[in-house]
Amino acid sequence: MAERVRVKALTPPGHVRAPWYLRGREGVVERSLGNFHNPEQLAYGLPAETKPLYRVRFTMAELWGPAAENPTDTLDAELYGHWLEKARTHAA
Amino acid sequence: MPHDHPDHDHDHHDHDHDHDHGPFHHEGMSPSGHPYRHDNDSPLTYWQRMEIAVRELLIDKGRITAAEIANQIEAMDARSPTNGAAVVARAWTDPAFKARLLHDASAASREMGFDIGPLNLIAVENTADTHNLIVCTLCSCYPRNLLGLPPDWYKTRAYRTRAVREPRAVLREFGLDLPANTTVRVHDSTADMRYLVLPARPAGTDTLTERELAALVTRDSMIGTGLPLRP
Amino acid sequence: MTDWDGRRWHDMGGQAAGPVPMESHDFALWEKRVDALMVLCGQKGLFTVDGLRRALEDMGEEAFETYSYYERWIAAVNQNLIEAGVYATEELAARMAEIAARGPTYGEAQDG
Repeated sequence: MAERVRVKALTPPGHVRAPWYLRGREGVVERSLGNFHNPEQLAYGLPAETKPLYRVRFTMAELWGPAAENPTDTLDAELYGHWLEKARTHAA
Repeated sequence: MPHDHPDHDHDHHDHDHDHDHGPFHHEGMSPSGHPYRHDNDSPLTYWQRMEIAVRELLIDKGRITAAEIANQIEAMDARSPTNGAAVVARAWTDPAFKARLLHDASAASREMGFDIGPLNLIAVENTADTHNLIVCTLCSCYPRNLLGLPPDWYKTRAYRTRAVREPRAVLREFGLDLPANTTVRVHDSTADMRYLVLPARPAGTDTLTERELAALVTRDSMIGTGLPLRP
Repeated sequence: MTDWDGRRWHDMGGQAAGPVPMESHDFALWEKRVDALMVLCGQKGLFTVDGLRRALEDMGEEAFETYSYYERWIAAVNQNLIEAGVYATEELAARMAEIAARGPTYGEAQDG
């Protein structure tokens, strides 16, 4: 069973690659992509650690609620492990 | 990478200086077969002065050579949607290649001889009941090392904002009205991967050669805002 | 008092906007050069595409609305090269002034 995750609802300043519209939203890991250098350090010219990167799939219903065009359409995004936590809910 | 406001990008570079190509077009024609845009005889801007200064300082300090810059421009000009179209047509005609493409699109593109540099490419397949659409909401990430530079609309605020929230409405603006029972999968290129849509092979193409099939594959069909042409 | 929801201007997914403008342009030589400089600076390890994005984001929304794509790119490339110590601001200033004196068009000024 695919792992359910939640994007941390954080709002730091500065350069990050976790889109605002996904923060606090839950999805399932579509695939693991391996380790990549952390852009939050690279962006400032710093030596960067590697972080695991995942493709996470969200339903449009999860992202937009009743305003979704079609609730079962999906949105996939790449998110670094440090932006993800265990989901609070379980898949139906 | 960023995006352009629809009303400002490039518009202020002249469109109507057809009278004089001048002596400065020695670097040749663009890949579309047109002369480079005629900026060379319009008034020098602050940003153009900055480009010249940065380029010269990098060369003076031995960081980059003029030849490297010329070669990079040539390499980028050589990349175009026809490269992606060749990959798609191969996948349509060779099931083993298609399996390799869906497993590792970077390796499959290199296997066909395309110089895609360090591009991490994922191919997503359109089927009878699934349609894929690519966007980058944070900037304008695009599989440029395979398809060349993105179209202007891909970098606009309108596309970046709306593609993730109302993809079906956006697709209708591109002339694509998907049935409700087709699942739309939007892919936001937020990090290190870039995406290529593998469109579904059109009906009635059984007798076409791989080359003829490639001619049906449009740029937009590989971004997901279009479908392949009909034979 | 002004509070803020934490969404930076460039992080625009899901916001409202009008129809997608479909017109397109070919790129000018100076724009292709900016693109090439960015790629080469990355290959040489002078800075990363993440550094480019950070500078573009920090320029703010007004720059996005006012300047063209490669105008913003050359500003962001320059910002990163100054930060990396590749050259100093005074060198850039002197060179830009010298370039202005070469002639009134890009064609005349493009090669020292």
